[in-house]
Formats: sequence, C-alpha cells, structure tokens
Amino acid sequence: MTDARTSTSRMAVTVEQADATEGMDYLETRGRRLVNLWLPLGVIMVVLLFPFYWMGLTAVKPDGELIDLDGTFPLWTWNPTLKHITTLLFETDYPVWLWNTMMVSVGATFLSLIASIGAAYAIVRIRYRGAQWVGGLIFLAYLVPPSILFIPLAMIIVQYGLFDTPFALILTYPTILIPFSTWLLMGYFKTIPYELEECALIDGATRWQILIKIILPLAIPGLISSFIFCFTLCWNEFIYALVFISDASNKTVPVAIVTNFTDGDIFRWGSIMAGALIGSLPLVILYAFFVEHYVAAMTGAVKE
Amino acid sequence: MADVPLSPTRSAAAKAGGASAWTRLQTNRNWLGLWFMLPAAGFLILFLAYPLGLGVWLSFTDSRIGRPGEFIGFENYAWLWGDDVFWLSVFNTLLYTTVASVLKFAIGLYLALLLNRHMRFKAIIRAVVLIPFIVPTVLSAVAFWWIFDTQFSIITWMLQGLGLIDHQINWLGDSTMARASVIFANIWRGVPFIAITLLAGLQTVPGSLYEAATIDGATRWQLFRFITYPLLTPIIAVVMTFSVLFTFTDFQLIWVLTRGGPFNATHLMATLSYQRAILGGNLGEGAAIATAMIPFLLAAIMFSWFGLQRRKWQSGGSDD
Repeated sequence: MTDARTSTSRMAVTVEQADATEGMDYLETRGRRLVNLWLPLGVIMVVLLFPFYWMGLTAVKPDGELIDLDGTFPLWTWNPTLKHITTLLFETDYPVWLWNTMMVSVGATFLSLIASIGAAYAIVRIRYRGAQWVGGLIFLAYLVPPSILFIPLAMIIVQYGLFDTPFALILTYPTILIPFSTWLLMGYFKTIPYELEECALIDGATRWQILIKIILPLAIPGLISSFIFCFTLCWNEFIYALVFISDASNKTVPVAIVTNFTDGDIFRWGSIMAGALIGSLPLVILYAFFVEHYVAAMTGAVKE
Repeated sequence: MADVPLSPTRSAAAKAGGASAWTRLQTNRNWLGLWFMLPAAGFLILFLAYPLGLGVWLSFTDSRIGRPGEFIGFENYAWLWGDDVFWLSVFNTLLYTTVASVLKFAIGLYLALLLNRHMRFKAIIRAVVLIPFIVPTVLSAVAFWWIFDTQFSIITWMLQGLGLIDHQINWLGDSTMARASVIFANIWRGVPFIAITLLAGLQTVPGSLYEAATIDGATRWQLFRFITYPLLTPIIAVVMTFSVLFTFTDFQLIWVLTRGGPFNATHLMATLSYQRAILGGNLGEGAAIATAMIPFLLAAIMFSWFGLQRRKWQSGGSDD
C-alpha cells in the first residue's frame, strides 16, 4: 500500500507529461523498471538469440578452434574463415538443395493460395448450402497433424508414381497450407463491403470477374500475409520431405542438413552451421520486410 | 446477408426464362460454390481425408513396405498393448507435451506482459523476439544439436567457467538430461509464438480498465487476475490448443536431436511410428501407433478448448 501512496503523490507531478499511449508505466521508478522490465527481458532475449549467435560463430570459426574450448576463448574468434561457407557452396549439393526448397515452397504456396482464395470466397460470399459446415471442416483439417498422415500418404505417393519427385511435396504441402490460408482469407474477405459486389452484379459482372477485379485487389494485405506464412511453413516442413524423397539431388535443405553432412562418425560442424544459417536467411529476409504482415497472419488466424 | 435477396430473384428469373442447364451451372448459388470449392476440396480429400481413412485401415492390416497387407483385426493394437517401448513412448509424449506446454505458456505470457509495456525500441524488440519461430525448426534444432554436443558443448564450458560443475555433462546421452534438453529446445522455439499472439490479445485490453482498478486500490496481481486474465482467456484457449497439438505430434526436433534415444528415453509416438513404419518397414504397426495418437489428440483439444472456455463463462465473459 505504501507503493500506491508514493505513486499517487508522484502522479500529480507527471500526469501532464504522460503520453496517452504510455498507460500507467510512469508510476514506476527507474530502478524498479530496470529490475521488473529490462532485466527479465534482457535474459529472455539473450536465451532466444544465443543459438543464432553460436550458429553464426561456428560457421566462421576455423576447425581447430571448434574442438578446442580450453585453448581459446570459445565465444569469439579472431581468425574468422569463409572456408566452411565456400566448402558448402562449391563442394556440396547445397545450391541444388536450396533451389529444390525454393521451387517446392513457391509451387506449393501458389497452388494453396489459388485453392484457398476460391474456397474462402465461396464460403464467405457465395454461401452455398452447407457453407458453414464446410468452413468448420476446413478448420478441423488444420488440426490434423502431418505426423499421423505420413505413413498412408507415403503409400499413396508411391501408388501415384510421385515418390522421389518434387511433385510429391508440391502436391502434399497444400494440405497443411490450405486450411490455414483459407481461414485467414475468410477473415479478410468478410471485411470487404457487400455493396461493392452488389454494384458489380447489377452491372453484369460474373462472380469470377468480381473475385478477380474487386475482391482480390482489396484483399492484397491478406494475400501477402498468407503467402508469407505458407512459404514459411513450406520451408519449415520436414517429415514429408524426409519420407517422400530419397535421392540426394531431390532433397530440401532441412532434410539434407540432417542427413547428408556426416562423414561416417565425423560431423562437419562448421559446414552444418553454415548450411543452417544460409538456409534460414531467405525466411529471415522475407520476415524483415514484412514483419507487420507476418504478425497479422499469425494473430489473425488465431483470433478468428 | 445483404446479397441474400439477390439470389431468389435471379433463380426465379432463370426458372421463368426456362434457362438451360449451362446457365444454371453458372448462376445457381450451390453450383457456383462447388466450382469455387473444387481445387481446395480436391487437395483436402485426396491428400488429407483419404490418407486419414487409409491410415486407420492400414492399422488393421499387416502391410509392409512393398507388400500389400491383409486384414488382421486388432492384432497390431494387441501387440502394441504388450510392447514396453510403445508405452514408454506414450509416457514420453505425455511428459513432453505437459511440461513443455505449461512452461511455454508461463514464459510466453510473462514475455507478452513485458512486451506490452511502454518502452524504447519496442518495435525492434518485438520483431527480434519472433525470430526463433521464423527460422525452420530443423535448422535451429541443428544449432541445439551442436550446443548440446557431448564433448564440445558451450553450455558445459560456461557452467564449468562459472564453477558450477566440474565434469562433462552428457546432454543428449543421459535419459533425464536428454528429456530436459529436448523439452528446453521445444520451449525455446514455442515461446515466441505464444508471446506474440498473447501480446496481440493484450493490446485489445483497454488501458482505462487498469487505471480504474488502480484508483480502486487493486494490486498488480489483482490487475492481472481480474482484468488481464479474464479478457485474455479466449485467445489463451486457441493458442494453447494449437501449442498442445503441435507439441504432442512433434517429430522434427526429436528426430534431429536424439532420434528417440538414449534407450528410447525421448521416443515420442510420432518418432516411434516413423521408426517402425518407414525404417522398420512395418507399415501396419506404424499406422497403429499413429492412429493411437488420435484419441489423445482429441482429448487434448477438448481439454484445452472446453477447460478454458468454461472459465470464460465463469468470469462473466460473453457466452458466445
């Protein structure tokens, strides 16, 4: 209670300068703020970011320093080398794996976007009989995890003759992506006023023209959000890529990093870390440009 | 709702004019819906609903890789019932899910509350917090694999430097430590997602509620308990449902870090089914393990969904 009393006395002084968005944070002294806010925040941030620092450091450390924690100070290096990165890019199939990942991700993302734009528009705007139910079923489909599907799916892939081809992944990833992006786009389509569509219908536009010329241009933020999220999920996918692909030249980055970088018992840590770092870069760059869309996608899908 | 009146007039006009089947296919609401749904429905039926059913069927057969199986009833399940490794994997999965989810929620909520405060560099800090979630799980798991290395672990080096331990810790080689390590890696990856989504929920809580309560003499804990928590419950329910679901069915993290070892101490049901079905070739048995996950998943979804929803009614929230 003493707290409350001291803060009320201070409130009178500072209330004029208080920013409207600041809330009641000005009631706290600098010292308390340091202990209550910056200290825990700092600890959490260090823990969250340390693996990336360690990844980056390992990628540029000479081999000798990697396995000698006592001789040199391991948290820094004075002899950075690009050896691991050049080995990775010029002596392994890494560029091929990056290309495979990129191709699969872009292909699967486009297929899913086309499918989910149609589905979301039909559910929200055409509202055919049973649209509510279908919406619910699509949400349930989001809850079906790949780890209970990969065994039967592997059989189906073999039956269709898709095993060990990029199409095995391009055609199966949409099952993970469509439920999510349909749900996200439904939210965006709902915010577009009906009147626009009614005008277009009166002017003789077909549903297809309405979708292409009116709805999609207005839903561009939603499209960007779902594109980024789908692309990230594709890049991240592991179990299907592990099961459906066997030839080294068809692998994606996540699978190749885990399976193709060990010479017998020797782990080439430098190259593995360089590979993990370079494999993450496209997503981090994409994220840096579209942070707002990314957060909107993540929270939008949860809020619905 | 606004375009509802359009439809009867249009279909009436179509009937009156004796429209051809082709125009009806183009204008009838239900047919139109079907055309638009077709691509999504195609994918989801072919590659999701059908495999789901096929998986359940497979679990009743003795299929092996390259050989179609025959119906053998509950034999796979009966065999698993007496299999210690299967029960160990069930225990591991429940332990992994419970511990990781509870800690992820606690730390995620705490981080969200911290990030919701007014501070300098807010936007940058929020963007940086989400990075572990952006980076592909496998690639960050690989970093943990190196951090938890038996001989060259940086954590061991730090702890030794601080004088806390005097011997090497076998992070991924000892049953208890391996469990703790994979749970830690899972929490590390899951916290940003929970924190950022809960933060989005926190931002919708009006500041005036806190101000009013503070004037009434509420403590910090009371502010949290009676304002933040009730208003946040719906979003907590959704986020935790997803979190539990994805933790329960986790595969990649375990596969990269331990492949189920040491002595199956970190085998989850998903990794065990991969090992038995794909590596061991017993598709039927693997499918039975995967199918056995479904009741647990349903229970987990029900628990986090209804459990948290009820609290929402109790605390006087809207009953929708």
